[in-house]
Amino acid sequence: MSSASAVSAGTVSAVPATRFTAGKVEKRKLLVERVAAGVLGITTSALVVPLVGILTVLVVKAWPALSWAFLTQNPQNYMTSGGIWAPLVGTFYLVFISLAVAAPIGVLAGVYMNEYAGDNWGTRIVNMAVVNLAGVPSIVHALFGVGAFVLFAGMGRSVLAAACTLAIMTLPVIITSTREALSAVPKSFREACWNMGASRWQTIRTIVLPNAISGILTGVILQVSRAAGETAPILFTGAVYYVAVPEQGIASYLPYGLWDRCMALSYHLFTISTQVTGVTEGVQYGTAVVLIGLVISVNVLSIGFRVYLRARKRW
Amino acid sequence: MVQRFSTRLGLLGEPLIEWTIRLCGWSAIFFVFAIFFFVFREGAPLLFGTLDLTEFFTSVNWRPDSRIRPQYGVLALIIGTMSVTLLAAVLSVPAGLGAAVFVSEFCPRRVREGLKIVIELLAAIPSVVWGFIGYMVLNPLVIWATGAPIGINILNGGVILALMSVPIIMSVGEDALRAVPDTYREAALALGASRWQLVYKVLLPAAKNGLLAAALLGIGRSVGETMAVLMATGHAVQLPSSLLDPVRTLTATIAAELGEAVEGGDHYQVLFVIGTLLMVMSLVVNVTADLIVKGIRGKQNV
Repeated sequence: MSSASAVSAGTVSAVPATRFTAGKVEKRKLLVERVAAGVLGITTSALVVPLVGILTVLVVKAWPALSWAFLTQNPQNYMTSGGIWAPLVGTFYLVFISLAVAAPIGVLAGVYMNEYAGDNWGTRIVNMAVVNLAGVPSIVHALFGVGAFVLFAGMGRSVLAAACTLAIMTLPVIITSTREALSAVPKSFREACWNMGASRWQTIRTIVLPNAISGILTGVILQVSRAAGETAPILFTGAVYYVAVPEQGIASYLPYGLWDRCMALSYHLFTISTQVTGVTEGVQYGTAVVLIGLVISVNVLSIGFRVYLRARKRW
Repeated sequence: MVQRFSTRLGLLGEPLIEWTIRLCGWSAIFFVFAIFFFVFREGAPLLFGTLDLTEFFTSVNWRPDSRIRPQYGVLALIIGTMSVTLLAAVLSVPAGLGAAVFVSEFCPRRVREGLKIVIELLAAIPSVVWGFIGYMVLNPLVIWATGAPIGINILNGGVILALMSVPIIMSVGEDALRAVPDTYREAALALGASRWQLVYKVLLPAAKNGLLAAALLGIGRSVGETMAVLMATGHAVQLPSSLLDPVRTLTATIAAELGEAVEGGDHYQVLFVIGTLLMVMSLVVNVTADLIVKGIRGKQNV
């Protein structure tokens, strides 16, 4: 690591030949070097600049519409104006229920892969399955949700079916980061605990999990960000075009039952930008900005966790 | 007394919790098979029944709603997926790998950490937002720049998909470059190589397989992407003749039509057959990329 950073600082390669001492070959070498670094640098910034530009355009166009009322009102006039309360609550529903399903399974699966699984072909198959689960296209997850939860399990199109589909889709995120967090706990911690006569599970419960908890939380947070943004898996499993929910009082926070269909922010953005005509531009951009803001702030939280974790590391 | 009770509970409880953990670990395998099974099951009656496979793969006529004779030819959809994916790959593979090389070898450490965070956030933007950007922001830009009558077409979709798959290409590619031992770098620098010569002559050949896997995973993501292409590539089932023609992809077709198809009907089932096709394609891409990556790791351990 340290030698790599010395390399990237360029201290080594710059010493032997300067502009004044260099011969023809070395001059050419320096020129090629400079051109290559320039081209690569421009390529990289060409990826960052449009991102910043696009985000600026979105925020500028959304600015007039963004307000507290935008967040707390239902869509009005056939969804052409008003706010985003119903889809916002729906997204929270989907995220929390899918989290409740995915987090226990994902964390325990991560524990299995890091603590129990030996180095054999069975483990390799589990690994392969996790990689493939992460790579299945989202629309195929949607078809699976329709086949398994909506029809086979008899949930119908509901919050529950959509959340289960999302849970399975986001499972690999939790499994992978749990596993990484656990493997960062030194082997000597476990050995010390075993020497005290603790069983495997006691070691995991009292030593391994407490030391890995921040890393696991990072993965759980990333799952939230992923589940909040996905659209395709909920299209046919539980998202609804429009439903009015209470805007006032305690009922406004718990408007959907598990068997109801709900609105969701991501699907709402899709419908108001492609399906409904005459929607105010501010409402469209405002919805997009709220969705991006939600996802990015969740990610920033996760990055913050990681930085804190690295600073606090005691081994 | 209390202690003995808890010990007994521990003796009973521990195998229970260990088996729960094992089951959860194996559940990933179960879910992959379940996905395949349920998607395949819904499409199977048509697949083994009246579906003409020759027509399915070679006809460009996608007329699922026709009263007289519905036709299910997905060739135009496959070409649509391929054209958008190809454009995205042409744009994103060089850019993503170039950025990976820059981040891993050329830029100072502090800039590197910052760039990695930006790339991570870029990867976090939901696909429906990318679709929205294509539909609302890029659309007028494409019309202005090319004079095309509509701005949602292959060009638009390809650019959006390229932006979406760059982060994954870049992060996997950077991992591959990091996996090259530092002794290689030191040896090359000791021989008087410049950083570019180091990259070109030493690192790229050494990390070849990992970089290939990065490109494959990026392309795999483009093939499976749904919402962005649904919104940004237009909705014409046709063989494109130029970059400015709108197309329809396999994924977008499922997303657009499943809601209207009658449950259990031929149209409904053919969409699940397309889903099975997509699932098989993604399995092939992922297993290949995984084997390539495992291949390098195995070699390095020796």
